[in-house]
Amino acid sequence: MDTNRRNFLKVAGLSTLAGLGGTAVVDRLVTGAGMAQASTEAGHGAEHAAPAKAGANRYGMVIDIKKFYQDPSLGEKAIHACHQVHNVPNFQDKRDEIKWIWMTKFENAFPEKPNLYRDEATATNTLPILCNHCDNPPCVRACPTKATFRYEDGIIGMDYHRCIGCRFCMAACPYGSRSFNWRDPRPFIAHVNQDYPSRTRGVVEKCNFCVELVQAGKLPACVEAVSDSKALVFGNLNDPNSEIRKILKEAHTIQRNPSLGTLPSVFYIV
Amino acid sequence: MFEKALKGNNYYWMWLAFLGFFIAVAAVCYLRQYFYGLGLTGMTRDVSWGIYISQFTFLVGVAAGGVMLVLPYYIHNFKAFGKITILGEFLAIASLLMCMMFIMADLGQPLRGLNVLFYPTPHSMLFWDMCVLWGYLLLNALCGWVILTAERKQVHPPKWIYFFVYLSIPFAFSIHTVTAMLYCGLPGRHFWLSAIVAPRFLASAFAAGPALIVVMALILKRVANFDAGKQAIDKMVTIITYAAIANMFFVGLEFFVGFYSDIPGHKHTLQYLFFGLEHHGHVYNNLVPFMWGFVVLFLVGIALITHPRTRRENDLWLGLGCASIFLAFWLDKGIGFVLGGFVPTPTEEIVEYYPTFNEIFITIGVWAAGFFILTILYKIAIGVEHEIEA
Repeated sequence: MDTNRRNFLKVAGLSTLAGLGGTAVVDRLVTGAGMAQASTEAGHGAEHAAPAKAGANRYGMVIDIKKFYQDPSLGEKAIHACHQVHNVPNFQDKRDEIKWIWMTKFENAFPEKPNLYRDEATATNTLPILCNHCDNPPCVRACPTKATFRYEDGIIGMDYHRCIGCRFCMAACPYGSRSFNWRDPRPFIAHVNQDYPSRTRGVVEKCNFCVELVQAGKLPACVEAVSDSKALVFGNLNDPNSEIRKILKEAHTIQRNPSLGTLPSVFYIV
Repeated sequence: MFEKALKGNNYYWMWLAFLGFFIAVAAVCYLRQYFYGLGLTGMTRDVSWGIYISQFTFLVGVAAGGVMLVLPYYIHNFKAFGKITILGEFLAIASLLMCMMFIMADLGQPLRGLNVLFYPTPHSMLFWDMCVLWGYLLLNALCGWVILTAERKQVHPPKWIYFFVYLSIPFAFSIHTVTAMLYCGLPGRHFWLSAIVAPRFLASAFAAGPALIVVMALILKRVANFDAGKQAIDKMVTIITYAAIANMFFVGLEFFVGFYSDIPGHKHTLQYLFFGLEHHGHVYNNLVPFMWGFVVLFLVGIALITHPRTRRENDLWLGLGCASIFLAFWLDKGIGFVLGGFVPTPTEEIVEYYPTFNEIFITIGVWAAGFFILTILYKIAIGVEHEIEA
């Protein structure tokens, strides 16, 4: 009888464990099916693709490069809107420069895609780059105080009051998306937006995907500024019915240096 | 024991006043930087770490180098080092204090430094670096002080101290390993993203640290009537020789991987550092003289410390040889490694870094402060030594 009881307990215990583990796996599969696997083309780093939480949002952006090539004024509009809303200072000296979103050539945005025989449009025009809001952000890993962190909706934010200004995140960011306040920025802000804090000297800042607007149900400032053209599309990557997911389904998109496994949330239609 | 630092001849006080002058200049420069911001340095958003962090990196190595005396003495019972292990321990203390000063000088918001403690973040290598640096500093202060006190009373050091002495050995290795991990774990920085960074750091540390100690010992022999002993110096020179060659071997391996694989990203920084990097018709090469200075000084140094005549028969040549090695590895790690890693930028542009005068004076001042502390510590150690002899 003793052995029977022992065996029963063994089997019962094991099956309970299996049941617990099993449901977890099933849950993961079910939720995973709807999630955007912002994986890389080469498949590197796909194991990091674990989405934050079931049902959570994960914000991303699609940038239609061709539209920026056709209408260079779009870039200016987006930059202006962004820098206006976020009190980004305008320094004359390039060494003090702070930028959240800016225009650059394809070869600078995608240095890992060199091409000796580039088409003329790609060689001469510029496209916008900004923080990629990586799903696996090296800056968050490097920060010693959690001053840069990942919101549950995938946006990478900054706590300007906690940042000690060590600039480890700037060394860690493989996209050069971060800027530092080398001096007091306030005298260099033309029009102060009272709805968003200006920064003090000695802290790092970068694009925040307009988290303060997005979480209030609005669109990011740059997206809003070029909304007529649809050159920038912002949305929830975890919602299979969102506009951004529809675009991602239809168009071939690329990400900046995806082989690093950072899983960028910004996609480019070439 | 501090009273020993308060009695000295004129040269002692002149030397301290000389260092004090640079410390005072640096204090003024630091205040300027504090009230203006780090914009007073030559750093930019593209080269976001400058000579403060590169000095820090080099000095962590100097601090770790002290273990090359502690390890043979306590693990292998190499008696000849008995008299000078204290020099290694006190050098570690001075170097670590310099490291901390450089970190503070580099912080954009120094008053928030304690946030690293208030919000401990184990996934950040900087957090671990803080832990091991403070740990090693406290261990060296504790071991150095307790053993020197025992020596003064001419009794055996208490048994419990050996636990901390042995603990300090892995700590020495860890401080430089973790410092290497600040760099070698960052994606997208090809030059730093190399598994050999930590071994290379250790090799150059185990050459540069002891090289400085040999120079110090030779100076102390002349000015403070303190003889480290021929056997101890000779053994240290052997350690320096092998460690220095190991460092050069590792540098060579970096070259092989970069140039034989011919992957542009792996070559760019080496090209920039040693030959100049051409980009859109302009050649960027502001670090090239430093890197060739590094190679030449290494060759000069290694020749002087290995040739029997310069090594054993003449203190001056030996001292110059060790100074060359120290300076060579300072150029390698205290200039080239950190600054080079930012070229090219992640968006394949090239921005060169030139430190400003304000920044250079602060840097000199921190070095002066380190040597000030070192002088006082050595004065105490040698004072105790002379007291026993008397």
